[in-house]
Amino acid sequence: MVDKTLELFDCGHRACGGCGAALSARLVTKAAGTNTIIVSSTGCMEVFSTPYPETAWKVPWIHSLFENASAVASGIEASLKKQGRNEKVVIMAGDGATFDIGMICISGAFERGHDFTYICYDNEAYMNTGIQRSGATPYDASTTTSPAGKCSFGNKRPKKDIPQILAAHGAPYIATASVAYPADLMQKVEKAINTRGPCYVQIHAPCCTGWGFEGEQTIAVAKLAIETGLWVNYEMVEGKVVKAKKVVRKPVEEYLKTQKRFRHLFKPTRQDAEIAVIQAMADRNAEKYAIDIKLKKE
Amino acid sequence: MALAVGCRARPGKSRDNKTGSWRVFKPVFDREKCTKCGLCMTLCPEGCIHETEEEFVAPDYTYCKGCGICAEECPGEGIKMILEEK
Repeated sequence: MVDKTLELFDCGHRACGGCGAALSARLVTKAAGTNTIIVSSTGCMEVFSTPYPETAWKVPWIHSLFENASAVASGIEASLKKQGRNEKVVIMAGDGATFDIGMICISGAFERGHDFTYICYDNEAYMNTGIQRSGATPYDASTTTSPAGKCSFGNKRPKKDIPQILAAHGAPYIATASVAYPADLMQKVEKAINTRGPCYVQIHAPCCTGWGFEGEQTIAVAKLAIETGLWVNYEMVEGKVVKAKKVVRKPVEEYLKTQKRFRHLFKPTRQDAEIAVIQAMADRNAEKYAIDIKLKKE
Repeated sequence: MALAVGCRARPGKSRDNKTGSWRVFKPVFDREKCTKCGLCMTLCPEGCIHETEEEFVAPDYTYCKGCGICAEECPGEGIKMILEEK
């Protein structure tokens, strides 16, 4: 067991007030403990946590390029193995580095079966460079490269299902977590780290600047994503879903209304057809992972 | 500024950057309402809320950015955000 009272991601980093990614970094390092080497690809987290000569990390940390965090981690893991050392290798990368740019290296590393844990903090766009869309951006979200306007409702494509892609690689443990449920998040990270082979944890980390809500709402927004069924917290062992968080589902509007990136669905006129498409996605999620709690009729 | 070999930096060197100056609203903790559940300590993105010597929780105002997550999530509504005058 690791000492969870230690703060291994220190104060003084330059994340926005209320940053979901900073919170996820804190929780992940808490769960991972001191016997850890962290590899970070380029992204918002790398920029706000390590402006030279400062660093917020209190565990060994190495920065790689956008695309090759898993290749760097593979090398570190192989070298530790050769030296007979037992440090755990953890990758912290954003959704851009995971879903788009790093995909080839991730696929390679998962195929080779290195013993590391890949953690993706998913804030659903390239936040560090100014909110450009990524493969993780949800349907109809407005970003600077998928702006909503007269001819468009924002991002036209649904979110890529990376956990399924990595499950197809034969990963022994895959989980999704959310900053709204910190105990669950830490438990999943710990489980992934202690499972042999390449494991993957995807953390839903709301970004107040990119999504357009006040910093204090970070946890509330993350909770709404789960309560509407647009984000599902589940665990997959050997490719099979073994556990999923069950909820009494709310309509998706309650989640969409909290954020400026979906504002065009309500103003100037309400776009019922588009909201229905998003509701259908939540319904599909609910069916796929069986997350609905059936209330007894009174 | 000279670069160290491998651009390495001392662990936790970010403490030099006193982010408390970013703050507009200041969280004020109510001792009466606090049940010491520890939720504010867990959910603070800065990790700057700690238990004090007098067995109470308080933020480190040197680093608190005043995001207000603690006040929003406190189950006993024991934290108020107050406009800070500097």
